[in-house]
Parts: sequence; structure tokens; C-alpha cells
Amino acid sequence: MSGFAKPLKIALGLIVIAGLIAIPMNFNRYGLFILSQWAVMTIAAMGLNLTLGYAGQVSLAQGAFVGIGAYASAIMTTHGWPLPAAIVVAIVLAFAVGWVLGYPALRVQHHYLAFVTLAFSTLAFLVFRNESWLTGGIYGISNIPRPHFFGIATTKPLPFYYVCLGSLAIVSLAIWWLIRSPWGRAFMALRENPLRAQSLGIDTRRYTLMAFAIGSALGGVAGALYAPLTQYIDPVPFNLSLSLDLLMMVIVGGAGFYFGPFLGAMIAVLLPEWLRFTEGYYLMLYAIAVMGLLVWSPTGILGILDRYVAERRTKAASALRAVAKSRLETAQ
Amino acid sequence: MSNLFDLLVAGLATGAIYALVAVGFTLLWQTSQTINFAQGEFVMLPAFLMLAAMHVGAPFWLAIILGILLSMILLGLAFKMLLVDPMMRHGVLPLAIATMALAIGIKEAVKQFFSAEASPFPSIVPTGDITVLGHVVSLQSIGVLVVAILAVFGLTTLLNRTSLGHQMQAAAQNPTVARIIGVPVERMILLTFLINAFLVALASLLITPIYLAKFSSGEVLGQAAFIAAIVGGFNQVRGAIAGGLLIGVLDNLAAAYISTQYRAAVPMIFLIAVILFRPQGLLGRAEERTV
Repeated sequence: MSGFAKPLKIALGLIVIAGLIAIPMNFNRYGLFILSQWAVMTIAAMGLNLTLGYAGQVSLAQGAFVGIGAYASAIMTTHGWPLPAAIVVAIVLAFAVGWVLGYPALRVQHHYLAFVTLAFSTLAFLVFRNESWLTGGIYGISNIPRPHFFGIATTKPLPFYYVCLGSLAIVSLAIWWLIRSPWGRAFMALRENPLRAQSLGIDTRRYTLMAFAIGSALGGVAGALYAPLTQYIDPVPFNLSLSLDLLMMVIVGGAGFYFGPFLGAMIAVLLPEWLRFTEGYYLMLYAIAVMGLLVWSPTGILGILDRYVAERRTKAASALRAVAKSRLETAQ
Repeated sequence: MSNLFDLLVAGLATGAIYALVAVGFTLLWQTSQTINFAQGEFVMLPAFLMLAAMHVGAPFWLAIILGILLSMILLGLAFKMLLVDPMMRHGVLPLAIATMALAIGIKEAVKQFFSAEASPFPSIVPTGDITVLGHVVSLQSIGVLVVAILAVFGLTTLLNRTSLGHQMQAAAQNPTVARIIGVPVERMILLTFLINAFLVALASLLITPIYLAKFSSGEVLGQAAFIAAIVGGFNQVRGAIAGGLLIGVLDNLAAAYISTQYRAAVPMIFLIAVILFRPQGLLGRAEERTV
């Protein structure tokens, strides 16, 4: 059975990727914007999934890192720098700030950490709003240019969608590699049992800081893409509710599952669109759906799948056992 | 000098409301490890319930009673039975996320079924000013302060002086032992949820006349109550009270003396400092860690 599973998975993956490339060609402006937004939010949620799902550190500041990346990218590109350079700066900046924010994580855990990061999130919002010499204050920054790659302008929605999708692909591969590397294993050891991890010789200090910093850096990447996507930024989208939304995406999709953020971001970005026909009720329905899902399966959507697969495996195993037993009996 | 006095009175009045909200917050944490991210929306909702009662013709006093009762049913009983109970065994985080979703739900429901505009709300305290020690002070500030102090005083008396209060504390501190010595732990937990619902309804009644009834007003309040609870000490009712008053005063003084733009930052920086240097809160006990 497992001989089939792998090619099947690869085929399924290829179909999804082909679909993501081909289908949007017929989409209108708005559809492309929503899909690009999904790609960007998935990147940010993947970063948070690394911090929360793999390393077990609760952060309510991911939205602030998206903001840091967005402002870095907006300020640099409106001053004539190319987007890739801005992305690099966004990564470095978010990584450094994330590293510093990781220090409280060494001292306090769980809900206390959630509140430190919550406070940081609010502080970052105040800086975006009040330092108008840098960020334009409440008026924000407009006319953020979209980049040229190899002489091709990505000003139109479709090419820029491919920029977002390509960035998502690069980030996905990087994370895929990371969680299978000794680093990823160390993160998971940290989540499961910090004391045991330490006794196994894992430098918990360094890995906690790393988990925070890498997760934050991905938030920075998402922000750096968000700015040219919307072409206008002000402080409002980066307030605390973005951090809460991203946290919800990770948990709803399934924290600690590789594909969790893809699903979570899809639900958070697309579900309100699908529910738009209900007019003012869509966010309410979304909230009810999230609560219902969490009551039903606190490990998120992939948690349901995981349980189902595990159940089938035990059923299959006990069926095999029964067959083997009856064969033994008939042989005797 | 007179300016400082006015700021202190105003700060204590808002602080007393923060304290009410923060006390309920710590009670829920103590008895059921519930971090309620919808606590701010819990304060916002009762005012709208009361307004709705008045819209269908109820006089103000009846609307208040109905509002408090409805709040206890919806935010106490239903919240516990429909959301907290089914999720309790799954740990703190999924429940915290579910309360975030609840906060969105309440906010949107009020916006949709009531109004996105701010509505005026009658005050239970007469408006006007009186002169205290040569200073003009608004009656509203004094009234809010008095009612909040009475409520908190009543609650601490209940917790520390009555057998019911002792049972509640036992249930909060060590449910297993409490169960063995015959405390109906489940009923005590339900009681704390009802008390929280009562406190938020009271806070709603006190604060809404000052800041108007608006669907989004829960965000700021919820955050202030969080900070108050953590600064004072998550596991102590008196910590939450002290934290509330402190944050109220600090917020008002920061607005006057530091910068109006960064007034919200001052309590936040204070919060980070407290968490880093005294994580158990200013008045809290350190939680023993058993490995």
C-alpha cells in the first residue's frame, strides 16, 4: 500500500501546483488579488507554524513582523531600490527583531509569552502610526511599485501573482528542508519536552531564539510581498488582529502539520469571500465555523485527517492480525 | 497640582472599571485555566443587551436587570457549557483561540444586528460636578469609583469571609483535593463564570455612558484588563484590583505628561518589564513548578 502512496502524493502535488499556475489565468483582477493574498498569508503563517507548531512558542506578534517587512519594502522600493534587495533587508530586520523578542521566551513561557508578544505587537503598531517621518503615519505610503524581473514588468495582477506563488514555492521548499534537518528535529524536541531536549545536549537557548527569529523572518518576507501587492500600506492592517488572524490560521489548519498553514490561510482568506453572498454575516459565520471546528477537533483540520488515517491504520492492522490468527489456527 | 489631582481621580475611576474586568478574568483563569480573549467584548455586549431591552419599551431599571440576567445566561452559562466545557481537556491554547473567534463573532453580531454607529447610553450616576477639597470633580467619576469599589469589596468578602468563598478558593487552588474533601468543584467553577458575567455587565453599565456603546469598544478594554491582570498577578484577586487601578492611573498620567501619541505604549512597556522581572505579577505568588 505504501508503495502506491508516494507516487500518488507526488501526482496529487503536481496537479495542485499545475492548477495554481494554470487556473488563475482566467481570473479577474480581484480573484488574482485574493489568491496572491493567500500566497502571502501562507508564507507568514508558515513562519508562525515554525515558532508555534514546531518549537511550541506562542507568539502574538507575527502580524507586527509582517508590518516590519511591509514598511521596509515600501520605504525602500519607493526610494528606487529593487524588491529583492528590500526582501533581504526585510528578512534581516525581522530576523534581528525576532531574535531580540525571543529573549523573553527564554524567561517566560506559554501565556506569559503570549502577552509579551501581544504587547510588542501593539508597540509596533504605535511606531508605524506615530513615526510619520519614516512611515507616513496614518496616511501611510502609496504608489508602492511592483518589480521588474529580467526586463519583465510584474505590474499587472497575473505576473505579480506568479511572483507571490514563486516566493511561496521557495519558502515551502526551504521549510520542507528545515524541518527535516537536525534543526527541525531540535525544534520538535524542544516542543515535546524542553527538559529532555536539554539533557540530550540541545542548546535550548539558541534553538528557542532561532525558532523565533526564523519564524519572524518569514513574517518579514510576507510583509515585503504584501506592500507591492496592495501598492498602498498604512498601519491599520498590521494591528493586533492580524497577529490573531495568523494564529487562528495556524491552529485551524493544524499546528505542527506541514500543510496546516496552506489550509488555514485558505480558510481565513477564501472563506469570507465565499461567504460574501451572506453580506454582513460572513465574519460571524466564519467565527462560528472556527469555534465549531475547534470544539470538534482542537488539532485543526489536518488533525481530523490525521486521526482518520491513524484509525484506518489500526483497523487494517487488526484485520491483518485476525487473518494471520485464523491462518495459524487452520494450520494447526 | 490641581491638574494632577483631577488626573488621579479620573485614572482611579477608569482603573476601577479595569479592575472589575480583570478580576473576572483572573477568576476564570484560576478555576478553569481559561484565558478569555473575548473579555473586552464581554464588557461591550451587555450595554447593547440593555439598549435592546429599552428599544422594545422597557424602562431603564428593568433594562438593567434584564441585561445583567441575559449576560449571566449568555456570557456565563452558555459560554461555559458550549465552549469551555467541550474544550477544557484539550489544553489552554485551542480554547484561547476559540475565545478569539468568539470575540470576532460577538463584535460582528452587534455590528450586524444593532448598529455600526456609536449609540449614547444613559448613566446610572447623575451627571454634573461637585467640589471636593477645592477641586471640581465630575460626579460620574466618583459614582463609577464608588460602585466599582463596592462590587470589588463585596466579591472579596464573598471569597474570604464566607464558606462558599472558601469552597471556591479551594476548587481553584487544588480541584483534586477539594473534590476529596467534598467541595462541589463543578458547581464552584460554574459560579465563577456567573460572577464573571455579572462583573462584566456591571463594568458595561459603568463605562458605556462615558465612552458610548460601540461594537469595537471591547478591544481596548479587553487589552487594558489583560495588562491589569498580569501586572497585578494572574493568580490573585487583589493583584487584579491593584493592577487595574495602577493601569488606569498610569494611562491617564502618561497621556498628560509623556505623550498622547504613545500613551498606549506606556502600560505595554510596563507590562513587558513586569513579565520579565517579576513574571508572577507585582502581588502574585510564584506558581510552583512540578516536573
